[in-house]
Amino acid sequence: MSNHTKPSSNVAKIARRTFLVSTGVVGGGVALGLTLSPNRLKMHRDDAASGDEVILNTWVKLTPDNQLTVIIPHSEMGQGVGTGLAQMLAEEMEADWDTVAIQQAPADDNYINSDLGRGYIVGEGAQIPGFVYPMLDFAFLQISKGLVGQITGGSTAIRLTGYYGMRRAGAAAREMLMRAAAEEWGVSANSLRAENSRLYHDASDRSAPFGAFAAAAARFAPNLKPTLKAPKDYKIVGAPKRRLDLPEKVTGEAQFGMDVIVPGMKYAAIAQAPVFGARAINIEDPGNAAQKIVNLGDAVIVASDSYWEASNALRQLDIRWEGGDATLTSDALRAMHNAHLGETRHEEIMDKSGNAATLLQAADAISVEYAVPYLAHATMEPMNCTASVRDGKCDVWVGHQNPIEARDDAASALGLKKSDVTVHNTYLGGGFGRRGRTDNVVQAVRAAAEIGAPVKLIWSREQDMTNDFYRPAVVSRMSGLVEDGKISAISHAYVYSDAGMPDSERPFAFQYDVPNKRIARHPYPSPIPVGAWRSVDFTQMGFFNESFIDELAHTAGADPLEFRHAHKSDPRHRAVLERLADEANWGRPETPGASQGVAIVDSFASIVGQVAEITIEDGNRVRIHRITSVVDCGQVINPNAAEAQIHSSVIFALSAVFFGEITLQNGEVIQQNFPDYEMIRLRNAPEQPVRFIKSDLPPGGLGEPGTPPVAPALTNAIFAATGTRIRELPLTRAGFRSI
Amino acid sequence: MKISFTLNGKATAVEAPQDMPLLWVLREKLEMTGTKFGCGIAACGACTVHINGVATRTCVMPVAAIEGAEIKTIEGVAPAPGELSAVQSAWLEHQAPQCGYCQSGMIMAAEALLDQNPDPSDEDIDNAITNICRCGTYERVRTAIHAAARARREA
Repeated sequence: MSNHTKPSSNVAKIARRTFLVSTGVVGGGVALGLTLSPNRLKMHRDDAASGDEVILNTWVKLTPDNQLTVIIPHSEMGQGVGTGLAQMLAEEMEADWDTVAIQQAPADDNYINSDLGRGYIVGEGAQIPGFVYPMLDFAFLQISKGLVGQITGGSTAIRLTGYYGMRRAGAAAREMLMRAAAEEWGVSANSLRAENSRLYHDASDRSAPFGAFAAAAARFAPNLKPTLKAPKDYKIVGAPKRRLDLPEKVTGEAQFGMDVIVPGMKYAAIAQAPVFGARAINIEDPGNAAQKIVNLGDAVIVASDSYWEASNALRQLDIRWEGGDATLTSDALRAMHNAHLGETRHEEIMDKSGNAATLLQAADAISVEYAVPYLAHATMEPMNCTASVRDGKCDVWVGHQNPIEARDDAASALGLKKSDVTVHNTYLGGGFGRRGRTDNVVQAVRAAAEIGAPVKLIWSREQDMTNDFYRPAVVSRMSGLVEDGKISAISHAYVYSDAGMPDSERPFAFQYDVPNKRIARHPYPSPIPVGAWRSVDFTQMGFFNESFIDELAHTAGADPLEFRHAHKSDPRHRAVLERLADEANWGRPETPGASQGVAIVDSFASIVGQVAEITIEDGNRVRIHRITSVVDCGQVINPNAAEAQIHSSVIFALSAVFFGEITLQNGEVIQQNFPDYEMIRLRNAPEQPVRFIKSDLPPGGLGEPGTPPVAPALTNAIFAATGTRIRELPLTRAGFRSI
Repeated sequence: MKISFTLNGKATAVEAPQDMPLLWVLREKLEMTGTKFGCGIAACGACTVHINGVATRTCVMPVAAIEGAEIKTIEGVAPAPGELSAVQSAWLEHQAPQCGYCQSGMIMAAEALLDQNPDPSDEDIDNAITNICRCGTYERVRTAIHAAARARREA
């Protein structure tokens, strides 16, 4: 969007209406996507089924011996997506959970997210007209690229694919089986019931397993509007089923991209331009016949018989780099950000009543500045990719959040047709947004093509740390006025680099009832690559907004939690705060002498409130006793996996708050590895009670919403403990460190 | 050079440069990929295996140094094929892994801790398990270690 002078709420309303109506009309078109066309059987990839398996629709396979396989179109990067999606499908199908297995969908157009959109907005089989894209963008609360990809991101798998897709696919499959059984038994489908992967005709006391009807059922077209169960009847959804991907993750058998072995492959190490934008203009090679050197321009790759030998050979090369801005430093960048904050050119993204500017000239208005740094993703599995290019075909093995885009970019880099590239998606050793990019894929396929043998490209940790698409640094000025105990005006101006989050997500929103609000964004393209980082813009905006409301509460002499509550009218937000006060013993910390801080952020259609309970030791060492989370994410599909996502989000955010900062000197990223980009470890990980609000509302996202409130909850607790207001992260800038 | 050692109970010999880290020998020469590469400087613990019973980070351990040693990796932790160790079982019982990439190293560190200390306190666990997990599985890892310790004591 280029023009932010008007609020986007009108678009939002139209989109939502369109989408509700469409859902009523086309229903299961969403779920079954391409399978609904008359020649649907031809549209399945033959290799998705083997032996005597029968594919009932895009997302479910059934064998005659009654084993069910749910095909998962999202990538597994720790969130347990396959298990959750399978629970949703199995629930509606009335399947026996013990017969359910999951299988990664091929990187195939049949599984791209736009099938969801197609069915949703304009009905099954139709193409999406260009003008619908902005609405889809809203309706799916995800990066618009997701519409032409097979993306795992934006906390969308459960709330979109699962809620609108898997449930209907399961229900439609059940109805197809019932029709087949009704035909065979000569009874009406209505007189049948399904339970635990069996069909029953009680009147004649007959029953048979689903599998007995698999082949016959596949003859029917899936119903567009299958009958869905009421949440009160759920048996599988809402149960803490064990994750189906974990057994092989405790034995070392799970295959990550890093673990792929292709016969005859070479191992490759890479040196990317140390200064962003530089090119390798000369390579002095001491000469070692066993190595192969590939100059990609912005990177140099050495391939050998082992990664160790390739790394050593790479280190011996004398590479001359030229270009890029070798004068760039973090301090200079910060100064430019600060200067830009004072400029008048900006996008007015929200201006409610227009009175904020006037009110904020009052003498008792407060105005403060915040700043957060660039952050790296630092997935445990460093970036890597294995590729084979032979006879005009390319195979790519990689753990990727968007395998379709990986395929397309590989094809484009090689000048091949998309259909000539096959992406084999593996488990991801962490994603967090980083594995949605295809830089590693393009490098690997180009190296494989040039060398003429399969290549496994492995980035060192140092290469991974210094060649990321970083969470953007942001500087922010917030102003506010409290009159008679209530906030009368808020103004927020910030300098910002686009990390790809659509405005429809409204990360910038000050999520409180304030009569006069002004939000002005000063775009400032980042000189270094930036991208989505777990919860994207909500990380920065959550810190600013939830720190500032705390400052206003203290200004007003009010309790920070009660002050928030008094400025919320959304009943779900209010309920989260009320429950949080109770669960966290707000005002009565369990640890004697401890201090508490609170924050609440609504992101990706889920609301997370957190209280951090801390003590300060030796004047500056922060001991976090516990972080209590109360979550309203609508329906909870798998409480055990849901709790894990909150645990995970909290630790991810804490590492950033305590240690996370990517800085630049001479145009190069300074941080190289974990010692200078440290992480929370077991000894400083707090206890984490997590409570979910019971709800039958549609599920919200859960991979990201636990992250944004963590930093402000902690810094608000530090303020309560010490009177020091942290306005810049990480905490080391204010002299605090972890125990 | 040729290096001989015992790997998961089996006599093993490999031909490798003497300074090649054991991690890469395991992963590339022996194609045992359960042991992971995370940092290359022994900072994260993803590459942890047991060398003569001691949890060791192998990304900086030259293979020449393990001549004659007993090596145990994640692939050799289970008592028998198709079975799980007490630690692995507790890991599943408490659903500890998320992405799973660091968990081989985490499990090997936990196995070594319990071999030496059958009833570790929270503080013992804090001191022994210094592996990095970006998914933040720490709370469940701690719970699983206590559970595994109990199961091993009762076995």
